[in-house]
Amino acid sequence: MLGKTAGALYWMARYLERSENNARLIDAGFRIALTRSNTAADEWRSVLVTAGQDYAFRQAHQDYHSQRVVDFMLRDPANPSSILSVIKQARDNARTARTYLTREAWEAVNTSWMTLGSLLRRQVREDDLPDVLAAIRQQSGLVRGAFAGTMLRNDGYNFSRLGTFLERADNTARILDVKYYLLLPSVAHIGTSIDNVQWETILRSVSAHRAYHWLYGTEISALKIAEFLILYKQMPRSLAFCCDKMNDNLGWLARAYGEETEAVRMGASLCHDRLSRPIASIFDGGLHEFITDFLRANAALARQIERDYRFVE
Amino acid sequence: MLRGKGRRISFFDEMTGQDGAVRAPYRDYADWFDREDAARIQRKAQQAEAFFRTTGITFNVYGQDEADERLIPFDVVPRIISASEWRRLSRGIEQRVRALNAFLHDIYHRQEILRAGRLPVELIERNEAFLPMMMGMDPPGGVYTHISGIDIVRTGADEFYVLEDNARTPSGVSYMLENRETMLQMFPELFARISVREVGDYPLNLLKSLAACAPPACGGTPTVAVLTPGIHNSAYFEHSFLADQMGAELVEGHDLRVVDGRVAMRTTQGYTPIDVLYRRVDDDFLDPLNFRPDSLLGVPGIWDVYRAGGITIANAPGTGIADDKALYSYMPDIIEFYTGEKALLPNVPTWRCSEPEHLREVLDRLPELVVKEVHGSGGYGMLVGPAATKKAIAAFRAKLEANPRGYIAQPTLSLSTVPIFTKTGLAPRHVDLRPFVLMSPQGIRITPGGLTRVAMTRGSLVVNSSQGGGTKDTWVLED
Repeated sequence: MLGKTAGALYWMARYLERSENNARLIDAGFRIALTRSNTAADEWRSVLVTAGQDYAFRQAHQDYHSQRVVDFMLRDPANPSSILSVIKQARDNARTARTYLTREAWEAVNTSWMTLGSLLRRQVREDDLPDVLAAIRQQSGLVRGAFAGTMLRNDGYNFSRLGTFLERADNTARILDVKYYLLLPSVAHIGTSIDNVQWETILRSVSAHRAYHWLYGTEISALKIAEFLILYKQMPRSLAFCCDKMNDNLGWLARAYGEETEAVRMGASLCHDRLSRPIASIFDGGLHEFITDFLRANAALARQIERDYRFVE
Repeated sequence: MLRGKGRRISFFDEMTGQDGAVRAPYRDYADWFDREDAARIQRKAQQAEAFFRTTGITFNVYGQDEADERLIPFDVVPRIISASEWRRLSRGIEQRVRALNAFLHDIYHRQEILRAGRLPVELIERNEAFLPMMMGMDPPGGVYTHISGIDIVRTGADEFYVLEDNARTPSGVSYMLENRETMLQMFPELFARISVREVGDYPLNLLKSLAACAPPACGGTPTVAVLTPGIHNSAYFEHSFLADQMGAELVEGHDLRVVDGRVAMRTTQGYTPIDVLYRRVDDDFLDPLNFRPDSLLGVPGIWDVYRAGGITIANAPGTGIADDKALYSYMPDIIEFYTGEKALLPNVPTWRCSEPEHLREVLDRLPELVVKEVHGSGGYGMLVGPAATKKAIAAFRAKLEANPRGYIAQPTLSLSTVPIFTKTGLAPRHVDLRPFVLMSPQGIRITPGGLTRVAMTRGSLVVNSSQGGGTKDTWVLED
């Protein structure tokens, strides 16, 4: 297949994943803003930092007012990472890769773009926000379903999956990067109750607060949350899960192409060198250092994939 | 010959003729329609629009914001052509396409037609679409116009004219196919009642036809690719549609480069040679080394590969000379010169404004004529005299006097009408027809019917989609 087409499938999947992740981040931020108005500004700032949009936001706005942040992240056409911009880029990439998509898959992406375009045409009122965010998540579910149900499991499919998991790993790691200080054992926290609302926010931003309790009961500990988000392979947004999937996709490509690329080796090292150790050892080495290193390695893998599979000249 | 008929009050309606009685080809359809609930058809028409949107059958209008993707209006009433009418049309079309290819071959070789004095030399010499680099070149399989579109209009029960020849990159075939698909989904019962000839095998025939023109360098099964300017091009939907249906790669200039004397595409595993390139970019943009240096749409060096027999370019470079409206006026002579026969389908009488007598007559009769730019297309830059204001006519007169060579004029034809479905029932609207013709060393193949374009506004004669025109499914009946 064409390198450009592979790249378009990969980026389409990344953008679709990004729009879903950003919707989740807005949802989590919105909850805090509703329940704790005194820390709302801090929370919005950390949402923007996680989504990589804080700098752009501050260029355009003076303060972290809820409505302004939400509008910026949802629909500002000047913000290349707003959900509206991201879904448009996903659709443009789908058009570029149109010949590799089934009719169902293409129509799901195109319908998603049309639906969100009309939902986000006007500013979203606060009481409509939960519905709009739900619609965004639902649209991405429809796209995922159309892909799973109709696409040939060929190289194109594997490139799109690679995009999904790279983006997702990046997103989970960014959440940890912004919130890692909450997970550090600190003197002040010893013996005091942990800030439950903050924990909940972290778990909500990966849609996993129910799963966590189901798995660990009522015990909330920094170590367990970190373990859950980093190492727990049954959790579909954990780093270990994403890395496993990427290695599956890279392994598929290596077999189909009869060529073990540098990207394949880097993917394996991401899994084995970094994630095959107990959580205690990660904490010993420094949680922040671990996350920074992971983000760097994940980004390097992304660049290597673009090179090895000739997305661009 | 050049006496225009001026304004007419009545038009030939293909469904009801001139006397109001339903014509034979439409009888079964009219029976069905009379018994059908109008509200149901209305609902279906709305569904069709939603279907076109989700499928992404949209086009971008030049000069508009790229966010502004438009639908070409689709009308649910089919345009129906009888088997005998089609036989007659297809014979005329085939003759014309053969003549066009013979003409192109001649112009780029011995130029017998110029030596014989049957065609003014300056028509070729001063033609911007003439490519001196094609002189002496033999395109693989001897084919110049792999795909052509011959635009036909009707003015009466037995009167058909060729309005223009599209020998570069005729577009619209995807609409022909999607219109049929839509009709099949909306009104399956109609196709059970009425035997309509199939059009859906066009993409496969296109692929076969292109593959049959593989270049000498091709070993094994030919690799075919479609070259598009990219997703912002107004016809991108069609490019991706055809590539998809043929199972061919859809490439852009930046996917291609010359590797070891072949044009090759950048795949995930390295560069792979292409044998046949169905290009949907103009000649000027094909090769920045040999044509426009600022073009990013083409492939540097593709020209040299072409000359060396390393790739087939479809349509061949330089076919645009046959597309020219000044040359069009000579088509009857061209057909006679190469086939020894009279043209089976007549031309529309045409005044060449480059000739002083013609120009004088045109200027005298401007309010009743249609004047077109010689190199224009898409319905842009033309004057429809009877529909124009005095001011517009005066402005056009000045343009015409300043550059007569740039224009031709034709009588305002009383184009036939076919009904469209409106909220208040059936209403006649003017139509034309673009049949699509494939040519390969194995022969000529014409898809039954083609694309019917329809002016959606009452009285309008402009059917171009860029000017608000719509389309219809076109039925050729089985014998």
